[in-house]
Amino acid sequence: MSASDNGAAPRGAGEGAPRGGRDQEPDPVAGADAPGATEGSYLSHRGVLSWIFTKDHKRIGLMYLVAVLGFFFVGGVLALAVLLELLSSAGRFFSSDTYNKLFTLHGAVMIFLFIIPLVPATLGNFFLPLMIGAKDVAFPKMNLASFHIYVVGAAILLYSIIASAMDTGWTFYTPYSTQTSTAVISATFGVFILGFSSVFTGLNFIVTVHKMRAPGMTWNRMPLFVWAIYATAVIQVLATPILAITLLLLIFERLFEVGIFNPAMGGDPVLYQHFFWFYSHPAVYIMILPGFGIISELITTHSRKRIFGYGAIALSSVAIAVISFLVWGHHMFVSGQSELAAMVFSFLTFAVAVPTAIKVFSWVATLYRGSIAFTTPMLYALAFLFLFTIGGLTGLFLGTLSVDVHLTDTYFVVAHFHYVMMGGTFIAFLGGLHHWWPKMTGKSYSEKWGKIACALVFIGFNVTFFSQFLLGTHGMPRRYHHYLPRFQTLHVLSTVGSQILALGLVIILVYLLHSLFRGARAGVNPWGGKSLEWATATPPGTHNFASQPTVSAGPYEFEEIDEREGEEKDEEKDEAEKGGER
Amino acid sequence: MPTSLSQMLTLAAAAPEGAATTWMPEQASTAAERTDTLFYFLLYLSIFFFVLVIGATILFAVKYRRRHARQRTSPIEGNRKLEVAWAVIPALLLVVIFAWGFRDFIHLSVPPGDALDIRVTGQKWFWSFDYPKEGISANELAVPVGRPVKLTMSSTDVIHSFFVPAFRIKRDVVPNRYTVVWFEATETGTYDVLCAEYCGTSHSRMLAKVKVLSENDYQAWVDSGGGLSGKGMSSVEFGKLLFQSKGCATCHSVDGSARTGPTLKGKYGALEALVGGQSAKVDDNYLRESIVDPAAKVVQGFEPVMPTYAGKLKDKQLNALIDYIKSLGTSK
Repeated sequence: MSASDNGAAPRGAGEGAPRGGRDQEPDPVAGADAPGATEGSYLSHRGVLSWIFTKDHKRIGLMYLVAVLGFFFVGGVLALAVLLELLSSAGRFFSSDTYNKLFTLHGAVMIFLFIIPLVPATLGNFFLPLMIGAKDVAFPKMNLASFHIYVVGAAILLYSIIASAMDTGWTFYTPYSTQTSTAVISATFGVFILGFSSVFTGLNFIVTVHKMRAPGMTWNRMPLFVWAIYATAVIQVLATPILAITLLLLIFERLFEVGIFNPAMGGDPVLYQHFFWFYSHPAVYIMILPGFGIISELITTHSRKRIFGYGAIALSSVAIAVISFLVWGHHMFVSGQSELAAMVFSFLTFAVAVPTAIKVFSWVATLYRGSIAFTTPMLYALAFLFLFTIGGLTGLFLGTLSVDVHLTDTYFVVAHFHYVMMGGTFIAFLGGLHHWWPKMTGKSYSEKWGKIACALVFIGFNVTFFSQFLLGTHGMPRRYHHYLPRFQTLHVLSTVGSQILALGLVIILVYLLHSLFRGARAGVNPWGGKSLEWATATPPGTHNFASQPTVSAGPYEFEEIDEREGEEKDEEKDEAEKGGER
Repeated sequence: MPTSLSQMLTLAAAAPEGAATTWMPEQASTAAERTDTLFYFLLYLSIFFFVLVIGATILFAVKYRRRHARQRTSPIEGNRKLEVAWAVIPALLLVVIFAWGFRDFIHLSVPPGDALDIRVTGQKWFWSFDYPKEGISANELAVPVGRPVKLTMSSTDVIHSFFVPAFRIKRDVVPNRYTVVWFEATETGTYDVLCAEYCGTSHSRMLAKVKVLSENDYQAWVDSGGGLSGKGMSSVEFGKLLFQSKGCATCHSVDGSARTGPTLKGKYGALEALVGGQSAKVDDNYLRESIVDPAAKVVQGFEPVMPTYAGKLKDKQLNALIDYIKSLGTSK
């Protein structure tokens, strides 16, 4: 099959479905090839109300996409302002108070409004049901409620930060946060509401994956993106209640003056950090796991290759989800927790590194003897491997107790965090967005501009954040409005990088918007993907598939796979060992 | 600090012992050497794995790039041996790193019994150092070289963090509890103390210096009452020294610009508008009251955030500060 519009059926989907052979089930592709034969595309209803009150997971996904990217724009502008200010070691444009508010708002918007819902609520919402052959998620109304709650939570969080001029940093550490403004309760409330929206999404996904897979879609045939979203959903459901407990304790302290966090009443401010990170550390994995899932899809599809080690990648997501609950204390090695606790948290932190390493090695091994196309999504996947490897490896420095003592609360942490979150999750998201954009919108974007923008983002990102590793190792603390003059060269470099990065992102925005209005019609399956979303119309109909698809093969069974090669397996193994990781 | 790109790209440039390298600032404590050894081990290990992963990625991307639309691909689904190898080998390395980091962390956490005791107080936005045995209270930390020093730290308001990059030590300073950090300086010189836990408006100005002195210089410093006795100085000179070392300069400029607090340039004799609509003439009594009871009269446009200095300054020191402020010019 060439990369044309046709015949993108998952193997066996049409050919006399082996399991539970349906009564004269029409080939799903037949339905796919005649989009609109029985119903219009999911985009065909018009009017604002048809969007606001839609129960269609695809429309909800798109609304989330618009909202989330809107907040990214806000957070991004704030980041640029922060970096511009850092051109000078003594501050130039803003007062210290304003600077502190800028980075607080940047952090809160990017974490709670942007990167937590970034993948699950947008691409996850849109593609999880499609990829498992379902008509929708299990609870469409709850899915819609999740979006509405997200909007309310975002409003509460933003209002409480802006109205009270909050300058606590996105971590809201007590006692600073409780002494300087009263908004920590309402901000935590906002975060909690947002958490609820992600619980709704998570619950929905768990039930959908358990109950709504198409006939023949066994757990072992689920695309790895679905596995990753599933593992994420488990964390979403289990971690968010911690926020509720924190919130109750904060209110309790305020109303009844019982010292819990406030040292003036005999409370322990470090306790707040435990609560905060008990939620926020698993939340880091809510942010990154879906990105892992996207990368698995991109690398296989754009190299027409089976994933290397399907089981290992799927289970490592689950392993990461479980261990993620047990490592929160690694944010607090110098906070005054006991050495014993620090030791245990350090050890468990290293335990997370193993499944993560397995994933990276498996992705690289997947490339081996593939048919690698340098499409825009694939370039993002390669950029991800580069950036995430740096992000992951620098995590080792921070997990190592004695080295963390020097590096914690410096720019090294800032750089590590951005390499993992922006270089990891966001780059993966951009890859996924380019990968699925034709399916979502029915339009093609300019590959040429896609590649140019990807290169700019990649270069800009590295210039911005690699310099921050050096700032950190030399002892530049984070959240500093003024800094020692010797740090200036690297700060200037970082600011220049941010401008390149911003330029790349603006180009993406321009050509994607352009494609909506002027883009060529996209085919059903532009990349030759084998998972179910490529088997339906572009853009998909309201009910996803014209008829119930059935599945009889895994998601990565590309036609190009040369089964004859199996005979030379031994030779191959040797080569793989030589060419692989070690 | 690297200034040129080429310098930045060389990893551990050959440098005199203890000097700053591309990745790390100068080493001035016993801990610095230990931490850096592990840091560089991690760095080289990371570079090795990075080159491995990215090298393989680039190699495969070039070698197996799509040359024609129907290019065949390999049916490999996995390789048990390889997968076990790349789980087990990193896991073993990680255990080594963990144990090494833990060993050094214990070294960092347990001060030797014979250490010199100093109390550290973190306060928005300055550090103060009390030497209980020597009866000295200072705003710079002077320590003898080659002797372990134990800092027992607490905060009077929010969480701060005591960070000396050259010593590779950092510890949060928390209200309502004591935290301990220790070091043994190896080189004489002056090093930066930074606050590493965000603490509000002037967080980035919450700086101090550690002066590492030879044993003789340290004794001389102790004998002079921590350099803040004012012996042999004019009152204005002494006031200037106090102004800089007691944290006043963090919030009050002497050049006319407003910071967290009003500038003190040309203030003496001026009529200040106060919060609440009254006004007050800046004279000796007003200045003294503003230092020991800052909340009593707050200048309009500023927040009442200044901590009290009651009990922290002796009369002679208060007088010197007032003389210094007078010397900054009087209002006509």
